[in-house]
Amino acid sequence: MTATMRERFYETATELVDREERMAVVLADIGSSGMSRALQAHPDRVINVGIREQLMIGVASGLALTGFRPIVHSFAPFAVERPFEMLKLDLGHVDVGAIVVSVGGSYDTAVYGRTHEAPEDVALLSTLPGWRIYVPGHPAEADQLFRVAAMGDDRVYLRLSEQSNRLARPIRPGRLYVERHGTEATIIAAGPLLDATLEATADMDVTVLYMTTARPFDGDTLRGSLAGELVVLVEPYQTGTSSAEVAAALADVPRRIAAIGVPNAEHRKYGTWQEHNAAHGLDAGGIRARILRALAAVPVL
Amino acid sequence: MIQTGTLPKLGYANLRGLMDLQLGDEKHAPSATSTLDVIWVLYDRILRIDPDRIDDPDRDRFLLSKGHGPMAYYAVLAAKGFIAVETLRTFGRYDSVLGHHPDRNLVPGVEISSGSLGHGLGIGVGMALGLRARRSPARVFCLVGDAELDEGSNHEAIAFAGRARLDKLICVAVDNRSSTHGWPGGLAARFALEGWSSTAVDGRDCVALERALTAEHRGRPRALVAVVDSKG
Repeated sequence: MTATMRERFYETATELVDREERMAVVLADIGSSGMSRALQAHPDRVINVGIREQLMIGVASGLALTGFRPIVHSFAPFAVERPFEMLKLDLGHVDVGAIVVSVGGSYDTAVYGRTHEAPEDVALLSTLPGWRIYVPGHPAEADQLFRVAAMGDDRVYLRLSEQSNRLARPIRPGRLYVERHGTEATIIAAGPLLDATLEATADMDVTVLYMTTARPFDGDTLRGSLAGELVVLVEPYQTGTSSAEVAAALADVPRRIAAIGVPNAEHRKYGTWQEHNAAHGLDAGGIRARILRALAAVPVL
Repeated sequence: MIQTGTLPKLGYANLRGLMDLQLGDEKHAPSATSTLDVIWVLYDRILRIDPDRIDDPDRDRFLLSKGHGPMAYYAVLAAKGFIAVETLRTFGRYDSVLGHHPDRNLVPGVEISSGSLGHGLGIGVGMALGLRARRSPARVFCLVGDAELDEGSNHEAIAFAGRARLDKLICVAVDNRSSTHGWPGGLAARFALEGWSSTAVDGRDCVALERALTAEHRGRPRALVAVVDSKG
């Protein structure tokens, strides 16, 4: 059985701290099982601060200021939302780098309810300057992007999910991948929603672009691949998270933009991520219906 | 009279004059003056730092977590040759490097950017961990205020630093009784509860401050509560 993004992350993070003395990991309990060997082997730079997410980011800043490349990791609500000011100031304003690796996607663990959901993560981090945001759709892509991030010194957010496309694509960090050429519209599918988007558009004559780097947004590839009068964003997080980037990239190119994603609303349901995708119209049928409405110039929401 | 435009090493007697060059943040004057003696003692007698080697990886680090009222900090940095005295006159101007909260990317020798309360101690814990991992002799001194300690993030750092036995971490809590609800039993007890070596001294007594800052605290982080008058 293929390892999940999260399992691959623990394996690779352990490999990296074994191999490179500049690598450090800061956990807030989440991930301590997956990283147990590294915690034992490198107690000086693989650190579990306990359930203290603000400290997790502060410690990462201090480690970066003393020459380390810190990786911090938790569920998305606890990696992004709870310590948001630390991300803004301890990393951003202080101006040091770190790799923030979240798990849980928007609602991978839907059974835990709203407290463990963060479909706002990419939108929130997009308000801060200087962040590179990766939204892989396959464990191999997540691993590739993580290794690239580990080599740098910048601020990176890597959004891992239980959801996955069947096959990895030959992606390049920072670039949209052209999955399919068409003439009637341009569809941008982010991360693990590529398969559902391809199924939804199987009989449509549309270009499909695959996004695994959400920020900085690759406007050049979008402009060079435009088809038809309509651009549809299909994102597994909050609806319209990348609409402004698409609009900015097409500032001098008249196009209609439609956004499909997770609604900005309290959704008091449990169950599975598959049920949530269906409820939000993020399964193949829902995506197809909304793309058809967009093509007909009917609001998609 | 302060001589300006050069980088002389000035003394304690010059500090008030250097602070007076910085106009526009009088609201935080008590906050600034409350830290004056602590910062002076640190830079004059404790910290192993050199304005000509501000990137030395084994330098001691001083973190002004309580970024409010940095006039005393800037005055000491000027007195010790990190910044030009004349720069103090630009305090708060649009294109000045000296804002009402310090920015490490603008001011030589400033280790962190601060202003929002409750950030420095967490970063200091990370620095102490990083320096320990590198087997560096460097120490980390973090100045917080008693009101700043109302921020819960500090208590994540205080608790963890005690468990991690970060004996190169020294927290100086300047206590001018400005915490809204106070600290029953005193701040020193709060740190001691989490495994720190802690003591309280007169924050205007430079000899006592130096003695407390050099006291043995093997295997434990050190907390020094510097008590000053509530009016700063």
